[in-house]
Amino acid sequence: MFKGDWIARRLVIDPLFKGRSTVKKFIIYGLISISLIVADYQFDQMQRIRGWLSLAVTPVQWLVDVPQRSWTWLDERLQVRDELIAENKQLRAQTLLAERRVQKLAALTVENFRLRDLLNSSEQLDEKVIVSELIGINSDPFTHQVIINNGFNSGAFVGQPVLDATGVMGQITSTSAFTSRVLLITDADHAIPVQVNRNGLRSVAYGLGQYDYLELQDLSDTADIEVGDILVSSGLGLRFPKGYPVAKVIEVKHSAGQDFAKVLAKPTAQLDRSRHLLLIETPQQQNIALQGDN
Amino acid sequence: MVVQAAHNLWVPIVTLLIAFMLSALPMLEWVQWGWPEWVLIVFIYWVIALPHRFGLGWAFILGLLLDLLQGNHLGVNALAMVVVTFFAMLMYRRLRMYRAWQQAFVIFVLVAINQCISYWFQGIGSNASSGLWFLLPAPVSGVLWLWLFVVLRGVRRAFKVA
Repeated sequence: MFKGDWIARRLVIDPLFKGRSTVKKFIIYGLISISLIVADYQFDQMQRIRGWLSLAVTPVQWLVDVPQRSWTWLDERLQVRDELIAENKQLRAQTLLAERRVQKLAALTVENFRLRDLLNSSEQLDEKVIVSELIGINSDPFTHQVIINNGFNSGAFVGQPVLDATGVMGQITSTSAFTSRVLLITDADHAIPVQVNRNGLRSVAYGLGQYDYLELQDLSDTADIEVGDILVSSGLGLRFPKGYPVAKVIEVKHSAGQDFAKVLAKPTAQLDRSRHLLLIETPQQQNIALQGDN
Repeated sequence: MVVQAAHNLWVPIVTLLIAFMLSALPMLEWVQWGWPEWVLIVFIYWVIALPHRFGLGWAFILGLLLDLLQGNHLGVNALAMVVVTFFAMLMYRRLRMYRAWQQAFVIFVLVAINQCISYWFQGIGSNASSGLWFLLPAPVSGVLWLWLFVVLRGVRRAFKVA
C-alpha cells in the first residue's frame, strides 16, 4: 500500500470532498498565492494595490492600540500633583537648554547660508516636518516595521524618511489613506548610506534583523574607524537627508586574512521605544516622489 | 441532524477577529519569537469542527489579511494557510478522534509547516539569519492548543454554532 492511498480513499469515500473539488481548489488557491508572491516581488504597482487593501486591516490595528492609548490617557490623568510640578520644572529646564542651543544654531545656520552663497551652492537646508504617532508595531520578528497614523491623506509618501528625537528610524514603504508602514533601519532588508562624522568616511549600514545592531560590511581593514564614532546619514542615494545621526560604532573587528573589517554599530534612535516620530520632507525628496508617481 | 435556521456563523468570525488582534499585539522581542500563530490555530479548530463551512477559500482570505496586517509579501501567509488547511481537511475525522496530546502534536506539525513556508518565502533576498528560532511558535501553539481546544469547544456549544 502506498502513501497516497488513504488520501485517494478519503477522496472517494468522503462526501465532503465531492469528487476532487477540494484538491482542485487547493491547487487553484496555491497557484494564486504563488503568483501573488511573485508579483509582489516583481512589480512596483503592487504597492498601490496593497495600500488600498490595507484599509481592511486598519480597524484591527486601531483596536490593538486601544489598551496602550487608554493606559497613557489614564496615566496622564492620575498623576499626582507633585509629580506634575516636578516634571514641569524639569521640562522648563530642558526647554531653556534647548533654546540656548537653538540660538546658537540660528547663528550657525545664517553663517552656513552665507558660506553656501559664497560657494554658489544650491543645496537647501530647509525641511518640512510632520509629527506623527506610532499606532502599531509589527508582531512578526522577521520584519522590523511600525505603523504610524499618517497616510497619503496627510502628506506621507513612499520613501519618506522617518526620524525620532535621537536619530534616523527608517523610511515609509507603503501608505494607505490613514496609516503608513515604516521600514526600520534594522530590518534585514534595509540599508542606509552613512558617513563617519569625525572624518567623512563613507559607507553603507545594513540592518541585521536585530534592534541593537547595524553592520558596515564594505570598509577595508585599514579604514579609519574607531569604537565610539558617530555615523550620520550621508545623503547619498537621495533618500535620507544629510547629517542626521544614525548609529554609534560599538565594535570594530580586524581579523588577519580578511580584506574587510567587521564593524557593528548601535542605532541612536530608540527603535523599539519611540512613540512620536517625525516625517521629513525635503524639496528634493518630493520631486523624486512625484517622478516616481508618473 | 436537526437543521437550524441560524448557524451563528458570527461566533467563529468574532473568535477569528480576536485571534487577529492577539497576533498583532505589540510585545517584547523575545516573547514575539515564541508568540503562537493565533489566527492559524483558531482557524484549524473551526475547520475541524465545521469542515462544511470553513475551507480553502476562507484560508486564502485570512492568509491575505494576515499578510496585510504583518506587512509581509502578499500571498506568503495565504499560501501557508491554504497548504495547512488542506492537510487539516484531509484528516479532520482522525483529529476529532484523537486524544488531546495527539491533537497537540498534529497542531505542532501543522504550525511548523506553516512557519517553514512563510519563513522561506518571506526570506527570499534578505540577509536575515537566526537559526531555527522561527520554528519556536510551533511547540508553543501545540501546548496552547490543549487549552484553546477546550475554550473554543465551549464557545461552539454555548452558541450552538453549526
